[in-house]
Amino acid sequence: MWDYTEKVKELFKNPRNVGEIKNPDAVGEVGSIICGDALRLTLRIDRKSEKILDAKFKTFGCASAIASSSALTEMIKGMTVDQASKITNRDIADYLGGLPEEKMHCSVMGMEALEAAIANYRGAPAKKEMVGEEKIICKCFSVTDKKIIRAIKENNLRTVEQVTNYTKAGGGCGKCTPEIEKLLKEFWKKQGTKGVSAEKPIEKKKLTDLRRITLIQETIDREIRPSLKSDGGDIELVDIDGNKVYVRLLGTCLGCPTAGVTMKTLVESKLKEFVSEDIVVEETT
Amino acid sequence: MMKKVYADNNATTMTAPEVFEAMKPYLTGEYGNPSSMHTFGGKIQKKVDAARESVAELLGASDPSEIIFTSCGTESDNTAIISTLRSYRDKRHIITTKVEHSAVLNLCRFLETDGYRVSYLDVNTDGMIDLSELKGIIGKDTAIISVMYANNETGVIFPVEEIAEIARQRGVIFHTDAVQAVGKIPFKMTKLPADLLSMSGHKLHAPKGIGALYVRRGTKFTPFMIGGHQEHGRRGGTENVASIVGLGVACKLAGRAVDEEGTRIKKLRDKLEKALLQKIPDFRINGHKDKRLPNTSSMGFEFIEGEAILLRLDEKQIAASSGSACTSGSLTPSHVLRAMRIPFTFIQGSVRFSLSRYTSEEEVDYIIDSLPPIVEQLREISPFGAGKR
Repeated sequence: MWDYTEKVKELFKNPRNVGEIKNPDAVGEVGSIICGDALRLTLRIDRKSEKILDAKFKTFGCASAIASSSALTEMIKGMTVDQASKITNRDIADYLGGLPEEKMHCSVMGMEALEAAIANYRGAPAKKEMVGEEKIICKCFSVTDKKIIRAIKENNLRTVEQVTNYTKAGGGCGKCTPEIEKLLKEFWKKQGTKGVSAEKPIEKKKLTDLRRITLIQETIDREIRPSLKSDGGDIELVDIDGNKVYVRLLGTCLGCPTAGVTMKTLVESKLKEFVSEDIVVEETT
Repeated sequence: MMKKVYADNNATTMTAPEVFEAMKPYLTGEYGNPSSMHTFGGKIQKKVDAARESVAELLGASDPSEIIFTSCGTESDNTAIISTLRSYRDKRHIITTKVEHSAVLNLCRFLETDGYRVSYLDVNTDGMIDLSELKGIIGKDTAIISVMYANNETGVIFPVEEIAEIARQRGVIFHTDAVQAVGKIPFKMTKLPADLLSMSGHKLHAPKGIGALYVRRGTKFTPFMIGGHQEHGRRGGTENVASIVGLGVACKLAGRAVDEEGTRIKKLRDKLEKALLQKIPDFRINGHKDKRLPNTSSMGFEFIEGEAILLRLDEKQIAASSGSACTSGSLTPSHVLRAMRIPFTFIQGSVRFSLSRYTSEEEVDYIIDSLPPIVEQLREISPFGAGKR
C-alpha cells in the first residue's frame, strides 16, 4: 500500500485540467502503455508574451502519475515558457508534498512531457525523438544513458535502486544493472566524491522551505544522532527560524563539559555541510 | 453502501468467527506445550491431533499421519521441494511452470544458482500447460515436478490428476501447491496420486501464520525446519497450537461448505462477469473459461491502469487486486498474465476479484454498479482509447 500524501490523493480523486486543448500551441507526449505510464500534455501559449495561458493533460498511469500530471498543469499555468523550462521533477514532487521513492519516476515523466512540449513549441515534433548519440541502457523501459545521467545529476542519486525509482531503468529484467552501476561510478568519480555508496547530498538549487526542514531533520538523524547515542547522549530538533536551528541535547550530553564544543564541531558543521552554509545552531532548554 | 465489500479473498480471507472462538482457550488459559510430560501440556497434544484429523478429512487423505503442520503455504512449498532434493541427491533437475507462485518460482531461481537445472513449462493464452511438453522434458535426472493446483491470479485449474499420473509412471516425485484450491473445491488424495501437497490456512478462513503439507505415506522425506522432534520429527518448532486448532475448525467448515462454493459462489462470479461484459467495452476475462476456481475472476480493462482502478474502487469501499506493474511491488506486471501472452494493454489494466462463501449477492451487485463509471472516468483521463491511439 503506497503512502500517498493528501495532496496526491486529492489530485488523483479530483484531477484538475484533464483534457485536450483544441489547436494547441504545443504538444508533449511521453511514455506508452507498455511502459506502464503515458502522458500527453497540450498547451495554449500567447506568442507575444510567451505566457502559458492554459494547460491540459491526459494520462495513462497510476495515482501518482495522474496526480503528477495534474500538478504539473497547475504549476505552469501563468508561467512563461522560459520559467516553465526550469521546472524539475523535484519541483513536481515537492508540489505534491512528496512521492514514495518508487514513484519518483512519475514526476520525471511530468518533467519530460513539459520539455517535449516546449521543444515542440520551438519547432520539434511532439513525441521526443532520440538523439543519435544517446544509447539505450534499459531495453525493458527504453531508458537512455542521457536520461539516467540526468536523473543522477538532478536528484543526487547514489544507488542503482534509486536510479530505478526515478527512471525505471533496471526494474524489468535487471540485465542492465551493471551498466547503471558503471554510469553511477563514472558520474560521481567526475564529481570528485566517494562514489556509489556515499550519501552526501549536494544541493545545487535553492531549497524550498519544506526541503530545508526535511533535510535538516534527515541530517540530524543520519549524521549526528548515531555518534551521540553511542556515548549515551541524544539530540532533539526543537525549531527552525530562517537560518537558525534550535536544538536540545539530551541524555549524557546534558552534564557533559564538552557539550558546547560538540554543538559547534559536530552539529553545526554537519548542518553547514549537508544543508546550507549559512546555518547557525543554537542550544535551547 | 458504507460497509466494505471485500473481494480479495485469494489474497487472504476473514478468520471465521467459529475459528476464532475455538482458538481462544489456547491463547489464554490452555497454553501448555504439547511436548511436555505433565498433563497440562500433554493434553494439548490431543487437540493438535484432532485438528490433524480434520485437515486429513478435508483433503480426503487416507491417514492423519500424512499431515505436517507448517507456518504457511510458502514453508510447505519450500519443505516439499527441498526435502525431495535432499532425499534424491543424485537428481538435479526440477520441472515447474512459469505461472507458479513466487514461493515456488523464486525458490527454483535460487536453486538454479546452486547448480540445479530447472525447466519452466509454458502456458497458452488460456493459462493451460501442454502435457506433451511435460512428457518430453522428464528425464532420469528429474527429482521433482511441482505444478500448482489452481492459479492465484486467474483461478485456472491445471489437469493435476493427469500430471500426477504421468509423474508416477515415470517414477518422479510430484508436488502440487494447492494453496488456492483447498477449501474451494473437493479433494480426495486417495484418488489424486500426488506425493506432496501444500495448503495455507489464511486462504480458507483460518488465521495467517499456519499451513500444512500433505506427505503421502511411503514418500521419502527429509526435514526442512530442523530442530526438536515435533510433528514426529518431521518439522521442528513448538506447535502453533491455537492456529492449528483454528485450522482444524476451518477445514471442518470448509468441508461442509465446499459444495456451496462450487455452486452459489460460481453463480455470483459468473453474474459479475456477464454484467460487466455487457456494460463495459474493451474488456476481457483472463484464463480458461471453465477450468477455473469458482470464486476467481481476472479481468482486463484496456487503456487504463490497475492501481488507479483499485484506488477508485477503494474509495467506494471495494477491495480487489491487480496485475499491473504499479501494483506488483516491482516494476514489472504480473508474470502470470505475461506468460499467458495477454496483450500489455490489458495486463496494465487488470483487476482480480475473488469471492468467498461470505460474499453476498448484494455485494456483487454493488461492484457491478460501481465499476463501469470508474472505468469511464479513467478512460476520460487516458490519452488512449478507441481510435485515439
